Amino acid sequence: MSIFELANPKRFMQVSAVFLPWIAAAAAVTLAAGLVLGFAVPPDYQQGTTVRIMFLHVPAAWTAMMAYGLMAVASAIGLINRHPLADVAAKAAAPLGAVFTALGLVTGSLWGKPMWGAWWVWDGRLTSFLLLLFLYLGYIALGGAIEDENRSARACAILAIVGAVNLPIIEFSVDWWTTLHQGESILRKGGPLIAPVFLWPLFLMALGYTLLFFALWLVRIRTEIVNRRARTLTMARAT
Amino acid sequence: MTSFLALLFRDIRLAVRAGGGAALALAFFAAVVTLVPLGVGADLRLLSRIAGGVLWVAAVLAALLSLDRLFQADYEDGSLDLIVLSPLQLEATAVAKIGAHWLATGLPLTALSALLAVLFDLSQAGTGALVLSLLIGTPAVSAIGAIGAALTLSIRRGGLILPLIVLPLLAPAVIFGSGAVLAAQDGLASGALYLLTAFSLLCVLLSPFAVAASVRLNLAT
Repeated sequence: MSIFELANPKRFMQVSAVFLPWIAAAAAVTLAAGLVLGFAVPPDYQQGTTVRIMFLHVPAAWTAMMAYGLMAVASAIGLINRHPLADVAAKAAAPLGAVFTALGLVTGSLWGKPMWGAWWVWDGRLTSFLLLLFLYLGYIALGGAIEDENRSARACAILAIVGAVNLPIIEFSVDWWTTLHQGESILRKGGPLIAPVFLWPLFLMALGYTLLFFALWLVRIRTEIVNRRARTLTMARAT
Repeated sequence: MTSFLALLFRDIRLAVRAGGGAALALAFFAAVVTLVPLGVGADLRLLSRIAGGVLWVAAVLAALLSLDRLFQADYEDGSLDLIVLSPLQLEATAVAKIGAHWLATGLPLTALSALLAVLFDLSQAGTGALVLSLLIGTPAVSAIGAIGAALTLSIRRGGLILPLIVLPLLAPAVIFGSGAVLAAQDGLASGALYLLTAFSLLCVLLSPFAVAASVRLNLAT
């Protein structure tokens, strides 16, 4: 079965209804396990107990970036293949991505105060994440302002793709501008810089955040499909 | 080519004549820049330090001011339908629109910035870098701004959404542009102007396609 067979909303509703409870349960279990393991780690020799913020902060940032990537891919599919389901999926991902971005910024700020001595510093990654939040907000505002469903979806898709092309450039320019944030410490040549005892809870939390995102995403897509059906039925009755 | 030039000159004429907004953008630029010393104090050393950033940010804001009408005015009075029906490719139309906006707004802003730099006691090298960076960077502002203008052309309060869409995308231009000014003031070698040129070329190259797609979707019924 190809993924495009799922593009039929009826089929999608059937399949997603089966998967959704499992994904949600898996998210709950991994998040719980990650939190327990995260609280059990020994305090870091430099950062003390605040290192535990990492388990909430880093996965949020990862999920926020993944959400933008998925949104851009769904937008491209919606724009090229004209699948209404892809349009719905792209639009449903945006508020989730914005929330995860905001979560990353807030937890980072809470971590930055004890570590760097300031709630906010104008460092490369913080700044590009703030810009990512504005990109999400612009996308949501544009989608909300255009009433026609089809037109709104296509306008949003173009914006998402323009943003996806521009994001690496923004990232690069902001890094060029200044950098204080810690460099890449996990996916690097020569293995991770983080002790394994910290790595396990981090991966569990990352998996939990990702599953949580997918569960919420499915719920939002399903809600939108039901809403559209209800609207169509109301219109049909009115005429 | 004739229809391209006709559209280009029509847009420039509309922009510079009464109510077109090109002169207003210049006045806005000067007014914003005048407010900055009133806010941060008259210390010339500090002002010359922040001159590049202030002038760049003000120039971007001033260019945005006249952008929301780029397609909306033509959309409202129906001339956009005629432009789309003309033999000119929609991508070429987008290039003409972007070019006209740059000639009517970006270029005058660049010229005025040299005068305003005097108010900030910007050094000669800094002023040269400022003018050069604005000359290179303002086409990117017009190009990216045109995408926002085309996306929001049918929205009544589009002028409020446009900056939210466009400003994050313009971060690289502001960073490289003001970075080039700072480097020139300190007498440092910097790749900022090259990076700005690359960014600007990329924007001017790719944005007509996004603009044309956005206009098409807004006119489709």
